[in-house]
Amino acid sequence: MPVIQLIILPWAADYEVKNIKLAVVDQDHSEYSRQLINKITASGYFNLAQYAASYNQALQQVEKDKADLVLQIPNSFEKDLVKENEAKLFMAINAINGVKASLGGAYLRTIIQDYNKQVRTEWIQFPRFSPETQIEISSSNWYNPLMNYKYFMVPGILVILLTMIGMNLAAINIVKEKEIGTIEQINVTPIKKYHFILGKLIPFWIMGLLVLTIGLFISYLFYGIIPVGSFITIYVFAAVYLLAVLGLGLLLSTYSANQQQSMLLSFFIMMIMILLGGLYTSIDSMPEWAKWITRFNPVSYFIEVMRMVVLKGSSLADIKYHLLKMAGFAIVFNGWAVFSYKKRS
Amino acid sequence: MEAVTIENIIKTYGKKKEVLALNDISFNVAQGELFGIIGPDGAGKTSLFRILTTLLLADSGKVTVDGFDVVKNYKAIRKRVGYMPGKFSLYPDLSVEENLNFFATIFNTSIKENYNLVKDIYVQIAPFKERKAGKLSGGMKQKLALCCALIHRPSVLFLDEPTTGVDAVSRKEFWEMLQGLKQLGITILVSTPYMDEANLCDKVALMQNGNMLSINTPEGIVNNFSNPLWAVKSSKMLQLLNELKATDFVADAYPFGEYHHVVMKDISGEGSLQQFIQTHSNTIIESKIVKPDIEDCFIALMKPLSPKGENGEDKHKMKVNE
Repeated sequence: MPVIQLIILPWAADYEVKNIKLAVVDQDHSEYSRQLINKITASGYFNLAQYAASYNQALQQVEKDKADLVLQIPNSFEKDLVKENEAKLFMAINAINGVKASLGGAYLRTIIQDYNKQVRTEWIQFPRFSPETQIEISSSNWYNPLMNYKYFMVPGILVILLTMIGMNLAAINIVKEKEIGTIEQINVTPIKKYHFILGKLIPFWIMGLLVLTIGLFISYLFYGIIPVGSFITIYVFAAVYLLAVLGLGLLLSTYSANQQQSMLLSFFIMMIMILLGGLYTSIDSMPEWAKWITRFNPVSYFIEVMRMVVLKGSSLADIKYHLLKMAGFAIVFNGWAVFSYKKRS
Repeated sequence: MEAVTIENIIKTYGKKKEVLALNDISFNVAQGELFGIIGPDGAGKTSLFRILTTLLLADSGKVTVDGFDVVKNYKAIRKRVGYMPGKFSLYPDLSVEENLNFFATIFNTSIKENYNLVKDIYVQIAPFKERKAGKLSGGMKQKLALCCALIHRPSVLFLDEPTTGVDAVSRKEFWEMLQGLKQLGITILVSTPYMDEANLCDKVALMQNGNMLSINTPEGIVNNFSNPLWAVKSSKMLQLLNELKATDFVADAYPFGEYHHVVMKDISGEGSLQQFIQTHSNTIIESKIVKPDIEDCFIALMKPLSPKGENGEDKHKMKVNE
């Protein structure tokens, strides 16, 4: 299952919005308006869903969910552009899907601006230098030159998978013994509490590291990702991280009365950890209180570390504070689990 | 020396302590005794066992097992008692042998070391030692659980309803095993809802609603039953039962096998019963005086909640007349 998830998810978890359905209301039918439409559809982001005769007709398409974006070109577009040096366009966006709306709008704006510039350069031969000063920006993306989103999604998804497997397995474990009653038999034995917790921890820990190995292998096989940093760094951090997550799972397990309860609890906590983990949304853009929560979220540290090591090649020295904090989590969660597991009621 | 001493144990459940599970219970179990605790479901047997095995803390009272206090020296107790909970609680996904090995290891011992103790029981399940514990039959599960409870050579063995849900043959075998263990000097506390098993114990305690009704040897309990007891058989059993209960010389009447057992209030009741039988001679097929067995005693003890005597019996009678 985790293998399949790792193979499928990164392809779907794409930030780029493609196939935006565009309805055009071209009231101008001029050369310039055709050029503009050509340019938009040639970008690859937009599918021309419909040529509408009127704005209302286009809006109906939006209502039927056949169009996401309406671009209205007024009938004086070419005339205004040539004569007055400026023309107005109208853009209506279906904002039900917020990401699609904002990204689609931004794409369209960029294309139109680009077109604007193109038209200008066609006309303005003189003066040689543009009367307006223009700042042109060229950027280079460090550590991920092609901005391949898979490079930074795959390590993140790997972290999530590791967390889900570790935490769920640990969360249902002790509580399962409570359900089938074997814990009664264990409790009357002289076995020590921390022995019992360790006995639960170690097999899952080994399994987690195994899953990580499989995951790294798959990310190489399917996505060609080879960590820039060393594998040792990843494994050292993962080893500590797994202790923390398993400890949290066991902690839930000691508090729950049945498997349903502990599954629901771990699902709830996992949801928060994933959404506030910085996988899908940047932690830096979160409100201050959310940032505080991420500071107590082991997932966010591991995702950060994975990205640092895989993309940037950070060494153990670079992540030592992450490592220390994670060790802290591991000690607190496991200590708490040992403490809250009571052999008598 | 007493293997188990219990003084004034009280245990309540619920936030407001509204459920009284054990009401001021005191008794002792001598070393090497096979002690039976008989009582219906909900009598408090399991709560008592959980307190004795250090799994549960009593609200008040003092308990020692093998000379150790269950609160202060619980660690020492856990090393020297064997507990077999009422619910099968071995690992169902481990095989018979693995389960035994696991529990031996937890107690820092090995199967080899104490094999002579479990040998007689283990040979019966040895043919299935590769089988998963969850796939065993009910009787086999009980045998395995007993083996696991014995593997560390406990000095006191607690068996919570070991024969519930087990067939008659396996039950008999199980009790034979317990007799064998008794010979080895192990003190055994066993709880059961089956009254017929009481005869197999050295001493029996009868429990109901958290109260101890009587603690005695099985013979002692039977000898305490002083009222005359008759067995009556009729062609119209239900009608007979109602008529018997309505008479004033009968303390209690209840179905018992194919007969109704009739407990007389006192010795003069026998004459009244003879008259009763004669007036109903067309339906009554058979009547005879019988020696009370332990079941009769328990029914007599359980009916009135207060200790037996005229008072309690009258109360019961009043209830019937209503």
